[in-house]
Amino acid sequence: MTSPLFETIGLTKAYPGVVANDDVSFAIRPGEIHALLGENGAGKSTLVKTIYGLVKPDAGEMLFKGTVYAPSEPRAARAAGVAMVFQHFSLFEALSVAENIALGMENPPKPRDLAARITEVSAQYGLPLDPDRLVGDLSAGERQRVEIIRCLLQDPKLLIMDEPTSVLTPQEVEILFHTLRKLRDEGTAILYISHKLDEIRALCDEATILRLGKVVATCTPREVSAAEMAELMVGKSLSRPARDAGAPGEVLLHVGGLSVTPASPFGTPLRHIGFEVRAGEVLGIGGVAGNGQDELLAALSGETRVPPRTILLSDTPVGAMGPNKRRALGLLCAPEERLGHAAAPDMTLTENAVLTARVRQQLDRHGFVDWGSTRDYAAKIIERFDVRTPGTEVAARALSGGNLQKFVIGREVLQNPKVLVVNQPTWGVDASAAAAIRQALLDLATGGAAVIVISQDLDELLEISDRFCALNEGRLSAPRPARGLSMEEVGLMLGGAHDMHEAQPEAAE
Amino acid sequence: MIVDPISLMVALIVVSTPLLLAAIGELVVEKSGVLNLGVEGMMIIGAVTGYIAAVETGSVTLAFVAGMIGGLLLSSIFAVLTQLLLSNQVATGLALTLFGLGLSALLGVGYGGTPMPPVRDIFPQVMQDIPVIGPILFGHSAMIYLAVLLVAAVWYVLTHTRAGLVLRAVGESHEAAHALGYKVIRIRMLAILFGGACAGLSGAFLSVARVQNWIDGMTAGAGWIALALVVFASWKPWRLLIGAYLFGGIAALQLRLQAAEIGVPVALLDASPYLITILVLAVISSDKSRLAMNAPAALGKVFHASS
Repeated sequence: MTSPLFETIGLTKAYPGVVANDDVSFAIRPGEIHALLGENGAGKSTLVKTIYGLVKPDAGEMLFKGTVYAPSEPRAARAAGVAMVFQHFSLFEALSVAENIALGMENPPKPRDLAARITEVSAQYGLPLDPDRLVGDLSAGERQRVEIIRCLLQDPKLLIMDEPTSVLTPQEVEILFHTLRKLRDEGTAILYISHKLDEIRALCDEATILRLGKVVATCTPREVSAAEMAELMVGKSLSRPARDAGAPGEVLLHVGGLSVTPASPFGTPLRHIGFEVRAGEVLGIGGVAGNGQDELLAALSGETRVPPRTILLSDTPVGAMGPNKRRALGLLCAPEERLGHAAAPDMTLTENAVLTARVRQQLDRHGFVDWGSTRDYAAKIIERFDVRTPGTEVAARALSGGNLQKFVIGREVLQNPKVLVVNQPTWGVDASAAAAIRQALLDLATGGAAVIVISQDLDELLEISDRFCALNEGRLSAPRPARGLSMEEVGLMLGGAHDMHEAQPEAAE
Repeated sequence: MIVDPISLMVALIVVSTPLLLAAIGELVVEKSGVLNLGVEGMMIIGAVTGYIAAVETGSVTLAFVAGMIGGLLLSSIFAVLTQLLLSNQVATGLALTLFGLGLSALLGVGYGGTPMPPVRDIFPQVMQDIPVIGPILFGHSAMIYLAVLLVAAVWYVLTHTRAGLVLRAVGESHEAAHALGYKVIRIRMLAILFGGACAGLSGAFLSVARVQNWIDGMTAGAGWIALALVVFASWKPWRLLIGAYLFGGIAALQLRLQAAEIGVPVALLDASPYLITILVLAVISSDKSRLAMNAPAALGKVFHASS
């Protein structure tokens, strides 16, 4: 038994109103992949930020190689040999790969030497990268490579990976795991943060499970079942959403030949997208973020205008209509970004309710908002969707991610849509709220609406969709029945490893 | 010929230098992700402090230094308000311009029309006597060459040094820069102070070297043109030089056209540099994606370290 490389002893960090970490102690040995497991809000992020020197703990200490380790800033952590790959990439889109990597290093070599080093190390670990490309032009998987290479160039002793697979296709995950195992065999300790149990069982040697800021268990992932770990993580067993599958009805939404040029320089063009959804059906659209999801949602919601006949809602051409006209006809959308797109952060729940529900719920009279009935509508959403909030007059920003998401989805569902489009309905939402949202979507479909779910969470899509199709670089695959579809097949539909290969001579071009 | 091309070129270079100095400072500020609309105010403060120093000390060099300090002090107000107290950058910048205009009028009371030390050209008369290129290339004071050198220096630092890379990174995404451990607020404050010093120097050049007098509100919108120039140049230093000469050329030309008494109303000629500014900005802004490609992505966004 080797002595630990890194240890935390009684780490505690409190924010106003919440204890993010409460007396957290765990240890990692050299050459070990250690999982940090927990729901959103369990305190994983605060803990790794503490280790990386971005947050100062209120109490407790850390030991690194047996000596006290208290980094005052990330620079000190990097100097000690701790490197981190972030959940939301800490990359600069308008800068090149080499510039991005240089920014994360203490003493970067000259640009030409650095480019050579990047090519060399990336080939060595099977992660080829071109140092001169702009990061904005890279796929999500390639961007993650940039972060990993940035860490590897500093020869870290402890590598922290915060939810690294959430943006990868199954094949890309395999490549990543291969790299991580190689690093482990070279003696690097890896702290692997995730809430995906299968990955942890496949990859990790030890696991520490956090719930509400406390360590509730440690285990060896290979020896316990995923269900056991899930129960430890959530604190209760979860019911899977269910519904009675009925025969699909008439076609409610028909999309054909939809092509869109993106408005932003790093957007993805949509190319000849076509599909139809029937009443009572859930269509799942999978794909890694940045493959045209936002553009597709904008085209369906009416934020982007397209030729009228490319989108038909019950045979009415709606392509050239704006969002309010589409809402009036029954086509509703809930976009991905909760704060800023689906909801106005600084406005109250009542005010947010009027923003999309005005037309269908008749919340205004002669252009004046009827605040009474709007408040009633907001209260109805809160009650029916179990939104935990002190009241309707609370700013949207003040709600937790899961609660706001329930509100945003509920606001659309209760308007009784004919077609509902949701993008990432359960992103960053805790497991019980996610289950409630999925159930609401299924109930809506059972009631005769057509539901389109755009998501990166493939498990979610396979669970609730009737048919599944994949969005890859702005192209939509032909839909296939979701039942019986294997992860492998789904991965191939998603474009496989996105032109990413493990290093081969011809792949290094 | 109603306009002499050689004297037009000479005038163009002189007229465009204050624009260039103020714009190169603002370019650095905007590259760090901060939008300081107070350029006009910092310029006029630089103009008045520079002029006062020239009158009191008789030294042109000290006058330029005083102008820089004046602009820098005014920009430090902006830096504290927007970076430490997280005030809105647009509103604070506008307030800075209004404050600068008022304060400069107060400071300048009684100074207008005082005799000034002359600003010497640096090249010997022999070189200036070379036909055509003599007056254009060698017939200027040191500040004009320094302004061009400053553009080159800013270009070099931004594209070839680590400090420049960090500055660009902060302007691109302050969250990512913060996560990597860079001091976003400190870097932005330094950039703002640099921009203030440049604007102050630009103002001092205007009052001490070009006009050689102090007149209330003498910048007359040059600060705003400098701001427009940064967008015109799509945040690239060398394009800034072209832009400044273009705008300076229009300003110099319209003065000569007025003198030549051609049949265009004087008011229209006076307004022409501003009209062209609006026109050029409209044309440049029409290609949205190209503009977004070069603009610092975090421009004008407030950075809060805890979020």
